[in-house]
Amino acid sequence: MHVPDGFLDAPTSLATAAVAAAAIGIALRGARRELDDRIAPLAGLVATFVFATQMLNFPVAGGTSGHLMGGALAAILVGPYTGLLCLTVVLVVQSLLFADGGITALGTNVVLMGIVTVVVGWVGFRAAQLVLPKRLSMVAPAAALGAAASVVASAATFVVLYSVGGVIAIPFDTLLTAMVSVHTVIGLGEAAITFLVVASIVSVRPDLVHGARRVLVVRELETRLVAS
Amino acid sequence: MGAPHGHRLHYHGHSPLHRAPAHLKVAGLVGFMLVVVATPVPWLPAFAAYAAVLAVLVVLSGVPVPYLARRMVVETPVLVFAALLPFVATGPQVEVLGVSLTEAGLVAGGGLVMKATLGVLASLLLAATTDPRDLLIGLERLRVPAQLVQIMGFMVRYLDVVTDELRRMKTARESRGFTARNPRHWPVIGRSAGALFIRSFERGERVHLAMISRGHNGSLRR
Repeated sequence: MHVPDGFLDAPTSLATAAVAAAAIGIALRGARRELDDRIAPLAGLVATFVFATQMLNFPVAGGTSGHLMGGALAAILVGPYTGLLCLTVVLVVQSLLFADGGITALGTNVVLMGIVTVVVGWVGFRAAQLVLPKRLSMVAPAAALGAAASVVASAATFVVLYSVGGVIAIPFDTLLTAMVSVHTVIGLGEAAITFLVVASIVSVRPDLVHGARRVLVVRELETRLVAS
Repeated sequence: MGAPHGHRLHYHGHSPLHRAPAHLKVAGLVGFMLVVVATPVPWLPAFAAYAAVLAVLVVLSGVPVPYLARRMVVETPVLVFAALLPFVATGPQVEVLGVSLTEAGLVAGGGLVMKATLGVLASLLLAATTDPRDLLIGLERLRVPAQLVQIMGFMVRYLDVVTDELRRMKTARESRGFTARNPRHWPVIGRSAGALFIRSFERGERVHLAMISRGHNGSLRR
């Protein structure tokens, strides 16, 4: 759920907006390293992809279905800096063109669903990659671990923000237990979907997956003279 | 995460609100909502005044009320959360129809509903009266980093192309007799999402090459 207007008080909203602005500034610089001058068209299309996959329903049971948040997925596919830019743009467009997520809560939404999911997703992915065998087949499992961690971290961050600037006092422990336990289940779903999507891309075009670059075997072009 | 984003909200028109510069409308929306959010919940007359301002703007914009009302469904998850607040909050209890609820929870839930509804309605009005292209120009005037606006521009431009691609994949799956019903069907949808990523990324590369071949030199100036 996107955080609506009036959910957190004005000072907290402004503080998260400042954090979001600083992180976007860093991401704008970092993205140049990941995509050089191709940033605008590529990040734009990847943002559109994230937006579209959020519309893709994964049926669970009895008519209910879930969908992807996509922060960890974007970070692993195109790198954390570009991933953060994509998620930010998606959230801005959802807020301004689709009224989903309050305009004053935009900073909060960027922090929760952009920065936290991308950073935790990427760090979790890299940590798993260091532990797991360095093989191409291990990219998707590592991505799943990063995705699960990202959802739980996002829920925990929400609880911290709510305890600082929430509209009403709910006991911190109760809220934390409730949010984290619910989001552990959601995180397992996110992990499963991220695993499936990354695995399918790695099997077809591993060269497009930013997180697979370190383990991708690059075959050098060899030129040999034919004996005459 | 709300209702599916089927299509754009823009409602074509020529009212004063449609013609107003986009940067003023965005700045106005942010200012208005900051005031709404900062207003203490017990000041009910203030909220009535905010609602009256929005009502006047809706009438001025000429956007039909049912058009906006139907799109208010994005608010549903908020209403559910607000309804839960009186049960989970702590503090003095009151009896309402035989159920004990917390006083603070009722106040906070009511405040959340008022503020969120005003926010959704104001955002819908902006989306309905502003063409996405004008919105991008407005954001640029508001000093949003040019690169971010450019990314947003590509997203707005290719939104329908990519969502149509997704729809064609769904049609293709269903014409082969596949309908996703439970988690055992996830791998198929996952592969569709993977294919969509590859197609989107390759489209991005093609767009970039097309830009270069038309003289784009990497700078953002137009």
